[in-house]
Amino acid sequence: MQKLPAWADVVLLPLINLALAFLVSGLVILYIGENPLQALKVMVNGAMGSTRGWGYTLFFATNFIFTGLAVAVAYHASLFNIGGEGQAALGGLGVALVCLAVDWPFWWMALPAAIIGGAVFGAAWAAIPAWLNARRGSHIVITTIMFNFIASALMVYLLVNILKAPGMAPESAGFPEGSHLPTAYDVLGLFGIPFNRFAPLNVAFLVALAACWGVWILIWRTRLGYEIRAFGKSEPAAVYAGISPVRIIMVTMLISGALAGLMGINAVMGEAERLTLDAVQGAGFVGIAVALMGRNHPVGVLLAAILFGALYQGGIELEFEIPAISREMILVIQALVILFTGALDGMVRTPLERVFASLRKGAA
Amino acid sequence: MDLNTVLLILDSTLRLATPLLFACLAGLFSERAGVFDIGLEGKMLIAAFFSAAAAALTGNVWLGLMAGCAASMVLSAIHGLASITFRGNQLISGVAINFLATGLTVLIAQDWFAQGGRTPQLEGGARFQPITLPFAEALSGVPVLGPVYGDLLSGHTILVYLGFLAVPATWYVLFRTRFGLRLRAVGENPGAVDTAGVSVTGLRYAAVMICGLLCGFAGSYLSTGLAAGFVKDMSAGRGFIALAALIFAKWRPWSALGACLLFGLLDALGNRFQSIEIAGIALPVQFMQALPYILTVVILAGFVGKAIPPRAGGTPYVKER
Repeated sequence: MQKLPAWADVVLLPLINLALAFLVSGLVILYIGENPLQALKVMVNGAMGSTRGWGYTLFFATNFIFTGLAVAVAYHASLFNIGGEGQAALGGLGVALVCLAVDWPFWWMALPAAIIGGAVFGAAWAAIPAWLNARRGSHIVITTIMFNFIASALMVYLLVNILKAPGMAPESAGFPEGSHLPTAYDVLGLFGIPFNRFAPLNVAFLVALAACWGVWILIWRTRLGYEIRAFGKSEPAAVYAGISPVRIIMVTMLISGALAGLMGINAVMGEAERLTLDAVQGAGFVGIAVALMGRNHPVGVLLAAILFGALYQGGIELEFEIPAISREMILVIQALVILFTGALDGMVRTPLERVFASLRKGAA
Repeated sequence: MDLNTVLLILDSTLRLATPLLFACLAGLFSERAGVFDIGLEGKMLIAAFFSAAAAALTGNVWLGLMAGCAASMVLSAIHGLASITFRGNQLISGVAINFLATGLTVLIAQDWFAQGGRTPQLEGGARFQPITLPFAEALSGVPVLGPVYGDLLSGHTILVYLGFLAVPATWYVLFRTRFGLRLRAVGENPGAVDTAGVSVTGLRYAAVMICGLLCGFAGSYLSTGLAAGFVKDMSAGRGFIALAALIFAKWRPWSALGACLLFGLLDALGNRFQSIEIAGIALPVQFMQALPYILTVVILAGFVGKAIPPRAGGTPYVKER
């Protein structure tokens, strides 16, 4: 069977898969007795119809860029890091500890320190599954799932017993004023561009864009990235070329965990400005969908993250406007996107390959 | 701790181990046939909802059980389609199934019952009722044996007893029948099974559907036996604990029983005590909750015995052309 042309693999196939996922989601909405087109309109309007909508869409997208890149980097080494949820939770802890430890005078001093805090804690949480995989051959998927649950128990323990601020809710004290990250309203206001005042979009989005660029450089423009990809394609070949599997697994997973951990600077430092129990809110798992949609390329991850950001923000508006459709509709759409782009990929790919093969024959 | 407290804890251990046991045996069938399944959680959840919903609508818990099993088997069929027919990634398919179940259950519950993603409270014939074993009354006067038999072993719902019977049944099917031999072979070396003229696809589908059926029992027990109705996210990670138990048991039925009882005991202890003091160190309840996962990681690391999964697990079978 001849392969698909590159553009069909990167653009056409994901779009068909996405269309199928939306089609089935539409059927679900029809079943509930609502109008899918009306729902779509509400979602698009809610996500992109105002600066407030954009402010939330891009805020969610920032989280998903970090977790999506985390999955994508690991995937290049053929490692399925399903532990983004736990790594992001620990990353949030790292960010919170940095913000609480020092009474930061300026945000531009706090931010680099918080980036280091989030990255180190996220990487540390990925380090144990990575080491167990590299040295002891434990299945990385299972260990990272187990570490998600261990992380969640650890976070409950820390927030209930150690970091808890006076009051009822299990959350840490608020961060000092100086660690407040400028929001889109603050930044765009400097240039006289009006933006919604309450939307949580903040400078962490720029960090996320930088992370996309950094991952592109790493994977396609460095020796390490070459080794990661070589290892991912064929471990025996990589070993024969003198690449150490232990080193590649460790380094890749540390980078992956660090990227997931960076989510903390957006969700914890940028928005909540305190550590709460539900800081990650499933973003670690959305990262899987984002990486699948984005074909593990930073540009694809960026676009897919914005799509999912819009989906999350649109879904919240949807519940508000059409109460019969609860917020869980987002999870259904997300599940269908993962199913069609990830697991049922072959269902569309094989017929599509046939179509292209017969087209080629026709041209020749 | 007196005898009564011990009995109470062991009693709730049996109750809490039952859904784990069903789900763990479900995973055992699937993974022994070479199909990884991290969607146990989702299948349990969807079964929990549809059992409770059907039981609430018909007032008959057996119809509920059937509806739950059917829903769970539909998700199994999707998993089979993705991982056997279209040779997709089994792990990604499992992730998708978990999300699908979380979303659909609340969405449909809201549409059918409009109670914020719950089903109505189940009562009477819409729930599995406790069964009193014979002679429980007569023996109640006997010290130790009386309470152990009457309070601990007697008085559970039929699904609890079925769950424990499923262990020898699974062992028998997998290790004493031709079907079981072929099923295990397909998880180790599908090429050999194919050469012998037996359908790899058929065997794997059979395993995946049995997995769906057993997850249906697990979910149904959650909402109609353990609780009285469905609430959002009620499986609460039990599917993953069952997965952990499966690895902890090294993919063997009798060890699975031990692992599920152990994890059930940890759950029961965590429910009863806020913290437990062992050798002067107070262990917080969160540690007890995390212990199944920690133990599984230790087993996976191979420091205490080695957990070796079925050899062909996770890889789709491509027939030679």
